[in-house]
Amino acid sequence: MSPQQTLETGTAVRAPESLTMAAALNAAIRDAMVDDPTVVLFGEDVGPLGGVFRVTDGLYAEFGETRVSDSPLAEAGIVGTAIGMAMYGLRPVVEMQFDAFSYPAFQQIVSHVAKMRNRTRGKIPLPIVIRIPYAGDIGGVEHHSDSSEAYWTATPGLTVVSPSNPADAYSMLRDAIRSDDPVIFMEPKSRYWSKASLALPVQTEPLNRAVVLREGTDVTLIAYGPTVKTALATAEQAVAEGLSIEVIDLRSLSPFDDETVGASVRKTGRAAIVHEAAQFGGYGAEVAARLTERNFFYLAAPILRITGFDIPYPSPKLEEYFLPTPDRILAALSTWEWS
Amino acid sequence: MSLNVENPSLTAELAPPPLRLIDDQGRAAAQNESGGFALPPVETLLDLYRQMVVARRFDVQVTALTRQGRLATYPSALGQEACEIAAVASLAPQDWLFPTYRDSIALLTRGVEPKDILASFRGDWHSGYDYQQHRIAPQATPLATQALHAVGLATAAKLKRDDTVALTLLGDGATSEGDAHEAFNFAAVWQAPVVFVVQNNQFAISVPLDKQMACRTIADKAIGYGMPGYYVDGNDVAAMYAVVSAAMDRARSGGGPTLIEGLTYRIEAHTNSDDPTRYRKTADVDLWRSRDPIERLEKYLVAQGALTEEVRALILAAAEDLATTTRECMTEQAVIDPLELFEHVYSTPRAALAEQRAFLAAELDGDAAASAIANEESIR
Repeated sequence: MSPQQTLETGTAVRAPESLTMAAALNAAIRDAMVDDPTVVLFGEDVGPLGGVFRVTDGLYAEFGETRVSDSPLAEAGIVGTAIGMAMYGLRPVVEMQFDAFSYPAFQQIVSHVAKMRNRTRGKIPLPIVIRIPYAGDIGGVEHHSDSSEAYWTATPGLTVVSPSNPADAYSMLRDAIRSDDPVIFMEPKSRYWSKASLALPVQTEPLNRAVVLREGTDVTLIAYGPTVKTALATAEQAVAEGLSIEVIDLRSLSPFDDETVGASVRKTGRAAIVHEAAQFGGYGAEVAARLTERNFFYLAAPILRITGFDIPYPSPKLEEYFLPTPDRILAALSTWEWS
Repeated sequence: MSLNVENPSLTAELAPPPLRLIDDQGRAAAQNESGGFALPPVETLLDLYRQMVVARRFDVQVTALTRQGRLATYPSALGQEACEIAAVASLAPQDWLFPTYRDSIALLTRGVEPKDILASFRGDWHSGYDYQQHRIAPQATPLATQALHAVGLATAAKLKRDDTVALTLLGDGATSEGDAHEAFNFAAVWQAPVVFVVQNNQFAISVPLDKQMACRTIADKAIGYGMPGYYVDGNDVAAMYAVVSAAMDRARSGGGPTLIEGLTYRIEAHTNSDDPTRYRKTADVDLWRSRDPIERLEKYLVAQGALTEEVRALILAAAEDLATTTRECMTEQAVIDPLELFEHVYSTPRAALAEQRAFLAAELDGDAAASAIANEESIR
């Protein structure tokens, strides 16, 4: 079935309701499965339990064992079998229960999911969505709070996206499932319970676009996933200091929306990127480098990265010292010379 | 712990004798060796013989081309023809094959043109045939990864209620990989219509099987997954065909997966860059040459009066024709377009790739302009 045929046939506009991000993701998978019989869902605990974060709640009951199933507990197996299913015309949506548990699937993702289309000169596209709940701030024990995005964004062939709010969660997941390219769909765990009033089905910006969430004139603050909320709080706090911050939600990490972000940086002349992942070799390094290469003469100051420290993700009682906060971001911005 | 380091090729003696239908001498095997399987009809055996002879001629030809430096690499399957051809002969048109880099003769036997098989080994592109037409996945290089793809495809076919079965070829070394374990387990739990054919050629590059595992046979592992397992003489094409065909039938009729181990031997080096004299004895190789799968079947067919000199000559002529075609396709210049590098990475165009494509195009234009000037100067 081509993507054009998967429009909202079974999804008339519903009355607005208050939805968490987890519920919006659930609705997106459900609506996609109603619209397109080739969409199948499997992974660890996604069946009767509805997933450890309840993102797949009720789908097993509605669609049955043939389309929603618990797999054996093996991530390479989940992604590897999804590849075979996609080769046979299905659109698998699979879950890696937690960020750090996606690593056993690394080879299948990097060597096959990312490369199959290129290897076969376009003859075997792999329309697979790999959902990865990621990042911290949930008091998780070790291996439950990693920000693994840079592993995926460094891999040509993958599309890597991360929503920051329920509306995008719904719209971006629908777009990801419709895409003929494989998508690493990174869900910020700390935002699963954030709420918004939504009339589904909602369509936000295209999957590959960044958006300006809050306009400003002095600084472009770039964030994605879990740190978008932090960036918005920073902008709000900065008002009292007389600083006008423009907040960009990247949404898509790969591809990177040079156009939207570049335009903002050329306007403000200053930029900083915020992420939870460690700084060295992190995603922010790429953002700072390409923005500098393309906009050097518009910049009044070096691009800053406000990120997690270059250490493994800490235990629950220590994570507050690790995560970027508005105070830490504003302190970083104050290190610039403001003439 | 090492069971038999001095003579790794004899490790199999620790195992029970493999299932066989035709013995080393080309005679019908004893009843108690057959595992209850019947010899395929003689016409089927004659066809398998023809395919093995043609496949070997191709393999020898391609190895020669590699030694001449005309291919980047070629992993030979010399000596493994019974496993390869029996597997492909057991496929129905709607079935899918998931091969590895060593299984080029399986591709050939399923109808892929030599030039398309060699596209990857010549370095034209990473892979070069029509997957949907032949129902063959790209030859996998990362070990055992393709076994999971086979399980997934077979499961999708089952969900769609198609009668498609997936067959994947693996090597003995690959069974040590986690992906092999996951594939066996997923297949058994999901009752996927998939058949795993492990060609136990006894070496993973240089490492003998007794350094891969401590159990008697690879087929024994099937018990742990809850699926049937067969330990078969992998140089007996009659037995391999009988066992693989039965497994395909069982998978097609809803009976789930099967693990089949064919005990065979890699006569050639791992690839042209390998030196097997560093890890195995000539005597071992000679022993396995004496168990050649083609000679064995030839003796049987001649004794049966099914293979006359005339038929044999026709088969050899067909094999020579293929060798000629294979050599000739090497002289054709493949169309290589550097700008195609950017074409297939994503279905959704990317601005960044368009920029890089334009960069390379400008570089190529610059080269063209420079060489045009150089040409002009050389004419003067």
